[in-house]
Amino acid sequence: MASTDTGVDTEKDGSTAAEQNRDAYGLVGLEAGLDALDSVQSGRTQLRETLIRKVLPPVTAVALVLIVWQLLVWANVAPDYKLPAPSDVWGEVSDARVQGTLLDYIWTSVSRGLLGFLLALAVGTPLGLLVARVAFVRAAIGPILSGLQSLPSVAWVPPAVIWLGLNDKMMYAVILLGAVPSIANGLVAGIDQIPPLFLRAGRTMGATGLRGAWHIVMPGALPGYLAGLKQGWAFSWRSLMAAEIIASSPDLGVGMGQLLENERNNSSMPQVFLAIFLILLVGIAIDLLIFSPLKRWVLRSRGLLATR
Amino acid sequence: MATTIAKAAEDATAVTYAARVEHVSKSFPAPGTPGGRQRVLDDIRLDVAPGEFVTLLGASGCGKSTLLNLVAALDQPSTGTIATDGRPALMFQEHALFPWLTAGKNIELALKLSGAAKPERRAEAERLLELVRLQDAHRKRVHELSGGMRQRVALARAPAQDSRLLLMDEPFAALDAITRDVLHDELTRIWSETGLSVLFVTHNVRETVRLAQRVVLLSSRPGRIAREWTVGIPQPRRIEDSAVAEVSVEITEELRGEIRRHGQH
Repeated sequence: MASTDTGVDTEKDGSTAAEQNRDAYGLVGLEAGLDALDSVQSGRTQLRETLIRKVLPPVTAVALVLIVWQLLVWANVAPDYKLPAPSDVWGEVSDARVQGTLLDYIWTSVSRGLLGFLLALAVGTPLGLLVARVAFVRAAIGPILSGLQSLPSVAWVPPAVIWLGLNDKMMYAVILLGAVPSIANGLVAGIDQIPPLFLRAGRTMGATGLRGAWHIVMPGALPGYLAGLKQGWAFSWRSLMAAEIIASSPDLGVGMGQLLENERNNSSMPQVFLAIFLILLVGIAIDLLIFSPLKRWVLRSRGLLATR
Repeated sequence: MATTIAKAAEDATAVTYAARVEHVSKSFPAPGTPGGRQRVLDDIRLDVAPGEFVTLLGASGCGKSTLLNLVAALDQPSTGTIATDGRPALMFQEHALFPWLTAGKNIELALKLSGAAKPERRAEAERLLELVRLQDAHRKRVHELSGGMRQRVALARAPAQDSRLLLMDEPFAALDAITRDVLHDELTRIWSETGLSVLFVTHNVRETVRLAQRVVLLSSRPGRIAREWTVGIPQPRRIEDSAVAEVSVEITEELRGEIRRHGQH
């Protein structure tokens, strides 16, 4: 039989008496039943479970690293000007906090990094949209954009210094050159992964051109775009640190990269460790506070987040 | 017996139409033979009257989805012309609701794109959700809805596009039989309540007879209109009605005949 419907007994209560009102009432009840049976139940995880599943493992890992570090110090594997004890590094933290300079270092770098990242966002987003949607542009600069991603942005520091001088402009230029390709490529990848069905549906609804880009393409590409932003931030931060380490000048405020370089010159290993930890911590913090929640929110609202 | 099976007489006097397909052919580049063209549709002539429910029936590869895409203006015919009364709404086998919007916002987006003013949109979306009996689903995300509920929201989105013609490409093929049965009832009800014209593509003969006023059978490779039937069984019909079964038997025989012809050469 061509029909696939035969042999299925649908449960219509009282179908014998329902000859005259076979539609309305029975259908409502039937639909309500089907809806209740088929609907997806989604709940949030408990706080305690979150602590055990998400917080405990990384805390354990950090504790283990500290223990191994301390053991190495006790075992005297290296002289203390090469390997300071964890307590020495912690001592530098409290010193710098007492002097009130720690937050200054952090703020100088973070404000530079975030502003540079926002600039990269403003440049990379339209660029990615153009590359993804205009065949000629994609053929022309798509490969270059992908290639630029693998070029270490430190390479841009020397020419940027020559072109722009030792100032904040140079820092922003290096951040842009590092982050724009990641953001644009992330958006291109996100757009390429939109199911063609959504684009067809959008077109039949009259969403073409800029309206299509705003209502269909951008929201459809959001997961890939966010991945690009996350990578873009990582590249911004790395580029900035490279720029700060290489290009130090009294005119520039002391950021974390300069801190690292200055303390290397002072041969103060605890301070060097401190600077490295701070750079790492800021990178992790921005990711945890901004990008991870954004990503989880996007995936959760689309039902793409596996609960287990 | 109210059943009438007859070749539909061509209605030459009709001046209004929801869709008019005239001498349409469509060819695609044939794979394997360079420069060769494969003709998918051949000289299709089809009118859908305002408020009419027409199904396109055919085996796989008969070009029925291609024809629907042409009517939806997602593709251009190689020869011939297609005219529709306004921009048709299109419903797919997959629901095609946007997962980044709630059920209500999906409908509101369709309203917005068809030019509805902001204050009306919310109320109109609620009215349309009520039409498919999903008034409580306004704030639900697409993934929180069952397959049947998603297709009902998609069904409610179609009138929001301000079109008089609803094109449906096997919209219920991926649903289980019970849900499909319910959606047949819903579609029939909404069709009679809204006065939309429907052009419905399927390979399911029973579904065709359950829904259609007029059945158009397409032959395969190239797709040509092989035969038409007018189904006179009064609505509401049931898929298990004996009258539906009877008509289905005849149409199935014809469909099988069309398919057999391909095995002979």
